[in-house]
Amino acid sequence: MLTVFLQFLFSGLTVGAVYALVGIGFNIIYNATSIINLAQGEFVVIGGLLMWFFTESLKLPFLLSAVLTILSAGLIGLFMERLTINPLKSTDLLLMIMITIAVSIVLRGILMFNFGKDPYVYPPFTEGEPLSIYGAIIQQQTLWVIGITGLCIILLFLFFKKTIVGKAMLACAVNPTAAKLVGINVSRMVMLSFILSAIVGAIGGMAITPISLMEYDKGPMLAVKGFCAAIMGGLGSNRGAVIGGFIIGILESMTAGYIHSGLKDAVALVILLLILFFKPAGIFVSKTMLQLRKF
Amino acid sequence: MKKGDLLVFFIFIFLIGLLPVLSGSTYTMTVGIFSGINALVAIGLCILMGYAGQVSLGQAGFYGIGAYVSAFLSLHFGLPVVVSLIFAMIVGAIAAVILAVPALRLKGHYLAVATLGFGEIIYIILNEWGPGGPSGFGDIPHFSLLGHTITSTTGYFYLIWCLVAGVMLFSLNLIHSRSGRALRAIHDSELASNAMGLDVVVLKIKVFILSAVYASLAGGLYAHYITFISPSSFSLFYSILVLMMVIVGGITNLWGAIIGAVVITVLPELLRRFEEFDVLVYGLILTLSLMFFRKGLVPILVEKIKKLKGLAVVKH
Amino acid sequence: MLNIKGIWKSFGGLMALRHINFDVKEGDIKALIGPNGAGKTTLLNIISGIYQPDKGEVSFLGKNISNLPSTKIARKGISRTFQHVELFGNMTVLENIMVGRYVKTKAGFFSSGLKMPYVMKEEKEIQRKSEEILEYINLTQRKNELASNLPIGEQRILEIGRALATEPRLLLLDEPAAGLNIRETRNLGEIIKKIREELKITIVLVEHDMDLVMRISDWITVLNFGEIIAEGTPLEVQKNPEVIVAYLGDEEEIQRGYNAHT
Repeated sequence: MLTVFLQFLFSGLTVGAVYALVGIGFNIIYNATSIINLAQGEFVVIGGLLMWFFTESLKLPFLLSAVLTILSAGLIGLFMERLTINPLKSTDLLLMIMITIAVSIVLRGILMFNFGKDPYVYPPFTEGEPLSIYGAIIQQQTLWVIGITGLCIILLFLFFKKTIVGKAMLACAVNPTAAKLVGINVSRMVMLSFILSAIVGAIGGMAITPISLMEYDKGPMLAVKGFCAAIMGGLGSNRGAVIGGFIIGILESMTAGYIHSGLKDAVALVILLLILFFKPAGIFVSKTMLQLRKF
Repeated sequence: MKKGDLLVFFIFIFLIGLLPVLSGSTYTMTVGIFSGINALVAIGLCILMGYAGQVSLGQAGFYGIGAYVSAFLSLHFGLPVVVSLIFAMIVGAIAAVILAVPALRLKGHYLAVATLGFGEIIYIILNEWGPGGPSGFGDIPHFSLLGHTITSTTGYFYLIWCLVAGVMLFSLNLIHSRSGRALRAIHDSELASNAMGLDVVVLKIKVFILSAVYASLAGGLYAHYITFISPSSFSLFYSILVLMMVIVGGITNLWGAIIGAVVITVLPELLRRFEEFDVLVYGLILTLSLMFFRKGLVPILVEKIKKLKGLAVVKH
Repeated sequence: MLNIKGIWKSFGGLMALRHINFDVKEGDIKALIGPNGAGKTTLLNIISGIYQPDKGEVSFLGKNISNLPSTKIARKGISRTFQHVELFGNMTVLENIMVGRYVKTKAGFFSSGLKMPYVMKEEKEIQRKSEEILEYINLTQRKNELASNLPIGEQRILEIGRALATEPRLLLLDEPAAGLNIRETRNLGEIIKKIREELKITIVLVEHDMDLVMRISDWITVLNFGEIIAEGTPLEVQKNPEVIVAYLGDEEEIQRGYNAHT
């Protein structure tokens, strides 16, 4: 009984970590631009597939592949911002939603053209005996996923709290006009947010692919679940996105395990709709925070 | 309806009548039928987005509901197809109310994601509990009215485009009426709309229902024409295709929805040779039209014509 | 016709209105003046249902309307304009007025789509009435232009026209002269007077242009820091020492500041 439960819990934590990273990716861009980037899921897919390309197809060493994947993802984020978001310079939200959807389709098209429709997988980062807790098996890769997610969160926290650039990005989010007045280059910050967010997504993809495989069209579902994680804690809050990501991951794996595997995607969607309909500001958000937030 | 619209409408009817005579090949007719079915969904989304300013990324959900309800009722309960189509529209309308009442308080991104979530839930439901699961079901009866069953492609072509014409007429009347003006007013300023005594919430729900009814009618027609359906036709990608039709054709003009539907339906046929490219091509079309032809084909055309007319007036 | 009793309203910790009593008699032009941030627009927003008061009661024609949403209040016969013009920018001047006729007509979605005979008749009536209103406010020559293309002066007049189209009993004008030049302001004053005299519509006017206020209003209420500090005819208000202090600052304080400076 306990063994099975723990097994589901661990697999929930693993996917939850990736949802958390996608959620954080949403937050980074949202905080700098108030755009919801619906191409966020594609960044994760790019991370997984490029990592496969570098390690399996080009047979490059692991670390080099990882660095190349991260650099490429950052570059894709940069291109996306410079080629679509920046030239439009629009405040029309409807247009912004559609352009990120359009980019996501382009990315999916490129991925499908290069990788086809098959799922890809590569070996875990480290070979070794899985751990066992009360009979539940934890793959070493699971620890990698959770560890990497944790590291990302800590680094991002330090970045936004301790570095000048990070603080400048936060300033753009709070008040772009004022940020401009004190000499912050808002346009560069927006660009940076896309790069950062693409990298965070790609790292998630790199880590999860050995466990759950990766294929070209996984993006939209990842985006929906990551978005769900992000709004659970209130859009813009990274701590909320992490908690939200884990909650969704665990609920999803419990549903798949105890009820029916076909319904695992439905769980996140139902939670998403319930939050949007009843508490669009997030469920762990205090009343005062609510009043400060604009809709 | 305005004078210009009336003229275009007659040309439109004329073209529908003419096409089967000019090129009655099964291939042309089939592409024509799919264009017409897509046009029905696109007209609904055009009113919803272009006129009332509400986003939906879940039209595939209503399209799927229409197809499954009409197919299932006519196949398993032996209902006449016309009756099952009406039921399909009613169920689509009910689903729209269930979604719209909570969702329409949301704006912009939130509404987009909520409707996307709705569409995906319908997709999962069809996969899990729909007859035949992911592989769908067949033997759906053909469309019939008063004992005449339509089986030929030309027959379906006329049937579907007559319905498109009817829906178009209804929609043109609507947008040039008191309610249509109210929808555009809500798009421009909800604050002022409220102050003018418009029932903003009710109007939004109504226009959502309208778009859902059009989409479920289209879904039903699709099911009876093709006689075999599976969930894969009703995925998120279809919602995005419809969005693309509306944008390419021109979101602020109802004729744009029809033109967009035809363009986006015909296009992959022309690109048949590059099959593995199709997603990429769709993506590029959407991106480029958002970047450079944001107004869409029809509004750009209208502007050109107006300019020409203006020049002509100056010359005289 | 409008009675406001003991209204309180705060935003977070900020008290915007405290214990406001405010009555408007049928047929009056009543002005609401005061320095920026005094709570004038807040009061207007409470009357028209955009905000709900924390405490107190608003009644119109003897009925309590304190907690009604703005849509319902509009249908009861209170119409308004906005400080930051809120026209339907992508619609023509005529269409803007036609939206104003919404409350007085009833064609629904279905009957409009089918173009039932009564809908056609009603539509013609909307058109006729709207053109009449355009004539009344002198904007006929602009009727097919987009509302957002009009100069600000005409936009403000159009907003009044749109409000008139709902056939209100009470018209709330929020700084209708803001951004207008002297000639436009004078023209506006004439239109406001005409509306009261010919159409018998009661008017509440929030305005900074003292010339306009003094010339056209019958009664003036002065707000400062969310409280009413004076009420009376234009002459009485002009002479009220508290009003002078509110507008110019305390004389002693000015003197003190002056001394400190030299």
